[in-house]
Amino acid sequence: MKPLTLLLFLLCLPGPARAQVLEVCASCPLPTVAAGLEQAAPYDTVWVRSGVYRESGLRIEKPLTLMGEAGAVIDGEHQGEIMQVASDSVSVLGLHLRNVGVSYTQDHAALRVIKSKYFRLENLKLEGLFFGIYLEKSSQGQVCNNQILGDAKEEFNSGNGIQLWYCQDVEVSGNTVHRVRDGIYLEFSDRIQIAGNISSGNVRYGLHFMFSNHDTYTNNLFEDNGAGVAVMFSKDIEMVGNTFRKNWGTASFGLLLKEINDARIAGNRFEENTVGISIEGSNRIEYLNNDFRANGWAIKVRGACYTNLFSGNNFMHNSFDVSYNSKVNDNRFEGNYWSAYSGYDLDRNGYGDVPHRPVKLFSYIVNRTPETLVLLRSPFMDLIDFSERVSPVFTPDNLLDPEPLIRPRP
Amino acid sequence: MFKIVRYSFQDLLRSRWSYVYFAFYLLLGFVMLFLNHDLAKGVITLMNVIIILVPLIATIFGVMYYYSSREFTALLLAQPIRRSRIFLGQYLGVAGSLSLSLVLGLGLPFVLYGLFRSPAIWDFVLLLVTGVFLNLIFTALAFLVALSNDNRIKGFGYAVLLWLFLAVVYDGIFLLSLILFEEYPLDSFALGATLLNPIDLSRTLILLKLDISALLGYTGAVFKAFFGTSLGMLVSLGVLGLWTAAPVAALVRKARHKDF
Repeated sequence: MKPLTLLLFLLCLPGPARAQVLEVCASCPLPTVAAGLEQAAPYDTVWVRSGVYRESGLRIEKPLTLMGEAGAVIDGEHQGEIMQVASDSVSVLGLHLRNVGVSYTQDHAALRVIKSKYFRLENLKLEGLFFGIYLEKSSQGQVCNNQILGDAKEEFNSGNGIQLWYCQDVEVSGNTVHRVRDGIYLEFSDRIQIAGNISSGNVRYGLHFMFSNHDTYTNNLFEDNGAGVAVMFSKDIEMVGNTFRKNWGTASFGLLLKEINDARIAGNRFEENTVGISIEGSNRIEYLNNDFRANGWAIKVRGACYTNLFSGNNFMHNSFDVSYNSKVNDNRFEGNYWSAYSGYDLDRNGYGDVPHRPVKLFSYIVNRTPETLVLLRSPFMDLIDFSERVSPVFTPDNLLDPEPLIRPRP
Repeated sequence: MFKIVRYSFQDLLRSRWSYVYFAFYLLLGFVMLFLNHDLAKGVITLMNVIIILVPLIATIFGVMYYYSSREFTALLLAQPIRRSRIFLGQYLGVAGSLSLSLVLGLGLPFVLYGLFRSPAIWDFVLLLVTGVFLNLIFTALAFLVALSNDNRIKGFGYAVLLWLFLAVVYDGIFLLSLILFEEYPLDSFALGATLLNPIDLSRTLILLKLDISALLGYTGAVFKAFFGTSLGMLVSLGVLGLWTAAPVAALVRKARHKDF
């Protein structure tokens, strides 16, 4: 008897086991994606065959999977938003969405997810953008391996690649975002995992945090963005193993921290940025084992930064390693490697025997009179820096690394 | 003229000073690369050496050579050779041998440590080009000073003072004036003052390669146009050319009118 009841029970079950696949193609009974979505029952799969579908304003209001064959393109023809997801458990996979309408009053997105859970957006390709993927008040979803290629030129008439607004527990990984306003933008979004994305050539920030707490971003690459990466007004952020490269310009940073508390920044690489990390009003942050290589300023401390720890970092050939604009220092520098260190290690324990003072007097002069920058690496400046290092007058005298590493940490 | 160039050149080779100079750079290059295997860092250290030592050595060498070969110059003057040829020949002989020592002395160690496989090669080439320019400029200035002063001690003194002024004092005055007038827009002045000193100019040229990320941190349209485009490189090289031509022209003029 027992197997029979089980069979009966299984037959009564709705759901994926009984789900249908609906095919959409130009010569099919369902010639448009809209018709496919209309006809589909919950938990069905809508299979979009290769071809160009000139549709916009699509809306998914039931749990289903929308899959595109290679070459399946939905062209919004600049008519507002292309697709909205307003149901839980929706997957959108492998589609190519293009030509979102640009508006100065509404944030049109290629794909918007509204108040839904368990969504999956994967292998999408978005082109001709205003906003790309816009998640609002959604949670427990995944945004993976998408390609977002914008053509933004100015900040005011472009949108963000991936935007999260009031979202929780979302995974954003393996995406490539290029030439939009902000590559990835988080506002009021908590516990977001951002991993392995490439965000480059964006008009403003590669990654932008606002009022978002307990987020993690790991192993991302941020390159050649207008202003680098900005993390603002957020708590408890983990930043591990990311690479920040070639963010050049007067207001450009590898990483900008503003009002960030209790964060951990470890194992990142900062290469050839105008400013590696610019820190303002950020407390209790641990900077561990990062590499700063050939930046203009590796670390620029702008004030109100207390109880931060810098340890095990490599400072290699930066024009300025650390710059301060005040005489007060409450931050600790311990066991970093400084390529500018000129001390010795007589007891051969791997740590230098004399402390290193990373702040040059010249960086103060440049703060005060920026034009003096043309005197960078002038022998006269080296002379002044040397005398300041011997007896500090202008720089905080407790700002030193008591035991600098003799060899760079590998 | 080439005969005179060749003669000066061989004279310097015989006097062993070029070898000392060559050996010095060779040693410097090897020691530096031995202490840190990083070619990129080597280039930065080398920059400091080049903008301080190359002008100093060229100055002292130029003055010394002029005074020690004065009798021979007098002998040449008695021959039917144009004055400009004599002095230009001697000048090119000295500057050429100094430049050769510099290029070979620094080039050899870097090539042996794998320069051709390193991305630092263009920085290094630029460094050598500026080094050669500085040699040409400061040898010419030294000849000019020596030609204007028959008194050896005075000539030496003025030449070394000239070097000290351009290498160190100039930057001090430059810095002070920038700080004193900080309320005024200074970017054109800062760039102009840089162009007026060949040592600053060489430094800027190398900064364009090594510290471009820092230089772009300054908010100023003039700076941005200068440093952010290839304009900076072209203008700097052009002005270095002018800096070479001007003292050489003055040298020729002076030589033509001088009463020996």
